[in-house]
Amino acid sequence: MDLQTWTWILVGITFTLYIAIAIWSRAYSTGEFYIAGKGVHPIANGLATAADWMSAASFISMAGLISYSGYDGSVYLMGWTGGYVLLALLLAPYLRKFGKFTVPDFIGDRYYSNTARIVAVTCALIVSFTYVAGQMRGVGLVFSRFLEVNIDIGVLMGMFIVLFYAVLGGMKGITYTQVAQYCVLIFAFMVPAIFISIQMTGHVIPQLGFGSSGADGIYLLDKLDGLHQELGFHEYTSGSKSKLDVFFITAALMVGTAGLPHVIVRFFTVKKVSDARKSAGWALLFIAILYTTAPAIAVFARTNMIETVSDKKYEEMPQWFKKWELTGLISFNDKNNDGLVQYVGDKNRNELTIDPDIMVLANPEIARLPNWVIALVAAGGLAAALSTAAGLLLVISSSVSHDIIKKIINPNITENGELIAARLSAVVAVIIAGWFGINPPDFVAATVALAFGLAAASFFPAIILGIFYKRMNKEGAIAGMIVGILLMLFYMMKFKFDWFGGGSKEDWWFGISPEGFGTVAMFINFMVSLIISFFTPAPPKKVQLIVDNIRIPSGSNKPIDH
Amino acid sequence: MAAKDPKKYWRQNLKYLSILLSIWFIVSYVFGIILVEQLNTIKFYGFKLGFWFAQQGSIYVFVILIFVYIRLMNRLDNKYNLDK
Repeated sequence: MDLQTWTWILVGITFTLYIAIAIWSRAYSTGEFYIAGKGVHPIANGLATAADWMSAASFISMAGLISYSGYDGSVYLMGWTGGYVLLALLLAPYLRKFGKFTVPDFIGDRYYSNTARIVAVTCALIVSFTYVAGQMRGVGLVFSRFLEVNIDIGVLMGMFIVLFYAVLGGMKGITYTQVAQYCVLIFAFMVPAIFISIQMTGHVIPQLGFGSSGADGIYLLDKLDGLHQELGFHEYTSGSKSKLDVFFITAALMVGTAGLPHVIVRFFTVKKVSDARKSAGWALLFIAILYTTAPAIAVFARTNMIETVSDKKYEEMPQWFKKWELTGLISFNDKNNDGLVQYVGDKNRNELTIDPDIMVLANPEIARLPNWVIALVAAGGLAAALSTAAGLLLVISSSVSHDIIKKIINPNITENGELIAARLSAVVAVIIAGWFGINPPDFVAATVALAFGLAAASFFPAIILGIFYKRMNKEGAIAGMIVGILLMLFYMMKFKFDWFGGGSKEDWWFGISPEGFGTVAMFINFMVSLIISFFTPAPPKKVQLIVDNIRIPSGSNKPIDH
Repeated sequence: MAAKDPKKYWRQNLKYLSILLSIWFIVSYVFGIILVEQLNTIKFYGFKLGFWFAQQGSIYVFVILIFVYIRLMNRLDNKYNLDK
């Protein structure tokens, strides 16, 4: 069977599965819509968190990015996993004990102020929208390449599916669809990785394969370092970024992970505090399967790619090369007219540009794996993008219906009214996200990575201080969040979009890139919060009791009535 | 009963946190970033050790850390009768 038929079949089966799950797990109350009625098993929650977390970027782009940047790619590997240690140890159990619906709920109650709540909702909306636009784009990319439909139609199909299960099922529907999506995406990621590992090294486990040797008896990594040296790229196993910047980017990604509202809210869905800890452990285990495989894929793909194209005749390039050329993601310019592909580190002589995004998608084709494996990768990419998009849309809709409408505008709204508001805001959010997917503003790609910086700069300090420092008051927390997010937005706009006079690499403060600046903004947020709280009155007794209460797993945790 | 003192429970929790987070910091920031060149002079299987910590080892340790924390806290909850 040809590739396109396989792709339609696998995408068709998985989409039917998601819809069936959505119908089976409809939400009937706001509690079910926002937090799945707090009845999710920790392992199921771990699976759902893993799918929620691993986005189009993790599935499609990460291995490609690592294969281009070598050691420098470690920032993503450590950054996007290490955050779970912070979540499990510093956030999840206490926020679960607090037992409300959203992150702004916690901020609003702990800092006894609707101003704090509004600041938190605004931050949540900024973070989630920057993130969701990238997901819809990922859906469009997969559709256009594998099903050869127009990218806009691809985005519309993705929107329809997400709309269906997010609006119908709320958190409950999303949770169980995400469990299925995790299974699809991990299978789709591992099968080609295992095939290629066996092909290149004879090892079934890719994590061991990329540290061993090929048929020629040379260690794969040594061989790749050699190829890189020969072609004038920097050595694969060492970095080109400054150590300070690597440190700051890793920290921003870790802390940002722990501060992302769509991840935090997943821990509100389990029965008890110990389950929140457990599901963080399971989530990281499930995530680690993909994250420890990605660097192996990066090495396999890089070696394979260089050996396939370097100094070979352009005329004799394999079929995948021509196909991706049509999408514009591979481009070849025969500068010296010798008919050979020169792929080298020197920009003036290099004739080939390859978009890192295609490495995972093209990898099975480069390794000449069977069509069904290639089609599986398409289904996996869609699962990754859709599961994350759904989680984000839920945060957006609950921010609007719960935090803004119920808590601020109209506290007397009925349960049913709130549920309708939640569904309507999900519809609106899907439409806006789809619009961004079809008309991606130039800054989308740049801002997805920066969403972490924004989360690190805004939420993380307010939540940590709220739990671990009883004396922290509303004045400190509000000032810290505002200064943190504004500073991060300023730095990002200045150095990414050239606003406020712009600036180049040389102008970065202390040599820290915008991606790493979230760490700086986070420290400043902490300092501002502590200094201001020192000069303003302590929080009321009642709030100090809330803090005492969330530090202990058992006992009453009656949420204020809903 | 002294065992029910929430302050003691909290202090013990903070102690666990500081130990586990120190390990978290060492395997990623120290081994994977700060001392990466020094560790890279050591070969481990086909890997340079610093590179391995940055792309593999730190992640394995993170998973283990969370499961150790789960065990420690379950035991602590039990001791203070807080596991209801």
